[in-house]
Amino acid sequence: MESVTSPAITALRKTPLNALHQRLGAKMVNFGGWDMPVEYPSSGGLIAEHKAVRGGVGVFDVSHMGDIRIHSGKVPGGALAAVQHISMNDASLLAIGQAHYSAMLYPEGTFVDDVIVHRLGTDDYLLVINAGTREKDIHWVRSNTKHFDCIIEELSDAYTQLAIQGPRAVDVVQKLTDANLAGIKNYWFTHGTVCGLKNTLIARTGYTGEDGFEIYVPSDRATSEEIWAKVTDAGRAFGIVPCGLGARNTLRLEAKMALYGHEISDKINVWEAGLDRYCKMEKRDFIGRAALERAKAAGLTRTLVGLEMIDRGIARDEYRVCNEAGEPVGVITSGSPSPSLGKNIALAYVPPALSAVGTTLLVEIRAQKCKAQVVPTPFYKRAKKSAPQSAKPV
Amino acid sequence: MAYPPQYRYTKEHEWIDVRGDIATIGITDYAQHELGDVVFVELPKVGAKTATGKSFGTVESVKAVSEIYAPAAGEVLEANDALQNTPEKINTDPHGTAWLIKIKLANPTEIAGLMDAAAYEAFIAEKSTEASA
Repeated sequence: MESVTSPAITALRKTPLNALHQRLGAKMVNFGGWDMPVEYPSSGGLIAEHKAVRGGVGVFDVSHMGDIRIHSGKVPGGALAAVQHISMNDASLLAIGQAHYSAMLYPEGTFVDDVIVHRLGTDDYLLVINAGTREKDIHWVRSNTKHFDCIIEELSDAYTQLAIQGPRAVDVVQKLTDANLAGIKNYWFTHGTVCGLKNTLIARTGYTGEDGFEIYVPSDRATSEEIWAKVTDAGRAFGIVPCGLGARNTLRLEAKMALYGHEISDKINVWEAGLDRYCKMEKRDFIGRAALERAKAAGLTRTLVGLEMIDRGIARDEYRVCNEAGEPVGVITSGSPSPSLGKNIALAYVPPALSAVGTTLLVEIRAQKCKAQVVPTPFYKRAKKSAPQSAKPV
Repeated sequence: MAYPPQYRYTKEHEWIDVRGDIATIGITDYAQHELGDVVFVELPKVGAKTATGKSFGTVESVKAVSEIYAPAAGEVLEANDALQNTPEKINTDPHGTAWLIKIKLANPTEIAGLMDAAAYEAFIAEKSTEASA
């Protein structure tokens, strides 16, 4: 057997919770230059972690994510103008306390990175970016906002970021904060006291397709470990388990959330990735807009689809996709067994003519061509609650 | 989990249990632990040939595909097809009911070059130290 987890190398970057993960016996992997937990055998492993998030609650260390604050210089409005210039969604629509999914694009209309933009104040924004693209992103933001009257601050190392995810996440976080979480809608946030830490950012965001919160606390090791312990203590009654990047990946894949380097990259444009609803062409000019206009007029040559395997076999990242005649037509961007569905699922780029639901395609798995079918996405959608459950603060 | 003293082990984490010129092959407890939840197994057909150090099948967990390398050359007499429906047995009983294949050895003497249980346990202990250093 080949070893699947490469041994940790000291040159890898570590989050403030690294020692804690080691003590918990997590399996660690190199993820974009970071030494991160992929699963915790003590939680029961990847599938158990995945199911905990779908049915109860799990906690993830996502401190490797980066954070860039863009706020006013001398004249108010400079930060908004900068954010509008470098990202494709319309930040002018955000209320204070609201966040949205967006992306930074190259002039070609392809992806620098996808981001969550939070509006912190009147002319004050926080962009949460990917770990593997941190340096590239900050450089991109700085060099493309030079002509705007705004201040760029990199806060990536200032925060330990915990994601508490699952239908019971609200109950867990409510035990730890005075903020009224029932009043925070999906993709909104507030500042409140969490475990005695004043003015803590609490956002109803996540990367699992489930309800949940992300909290941002000071990144010193003592505080980080203390907050982790308090979250797991508060979650014990709800069956909380530590979750690694393995479950994070299967959860986001079921919800068809893009992963940089897979569904989106510097080679893929917004229309191909199917992220049209987050791209506001009607707002003023932004980097990538002209190329996207041309791309729209030219028409798509490939589009992202969901596949479900019919034959026995698991489609994996970068496997080739063929038409029924066996001719190569596309590629898998992410593929995995789906713990929620008990099926083998994948995302793939294929020509639009082969993208209709029900189309049969073949995935090359080692020497074999295995049958798969285009299915509707997302693969998994959480049940809508009629009203958020209010939990009593304890 | 104990490593049966009568088995022999490879550096790629397969075990082989030799009885005369018939051998049973599986993956070790260390291997299943490294893989995580096993969800898929692909095994050769009866009559297929195995070549020492060459892949004869795959075991997949949720997150990865692993090739399984033959500890010895021979001909496949039986594949454990029950694993197709219960691949998770590899996680719970890797040294027993979750064996992968039985082969007729082409050259029974080549087993002598493999590690015994004590040597294998020392080998994986060293690997764990490396990983946590």
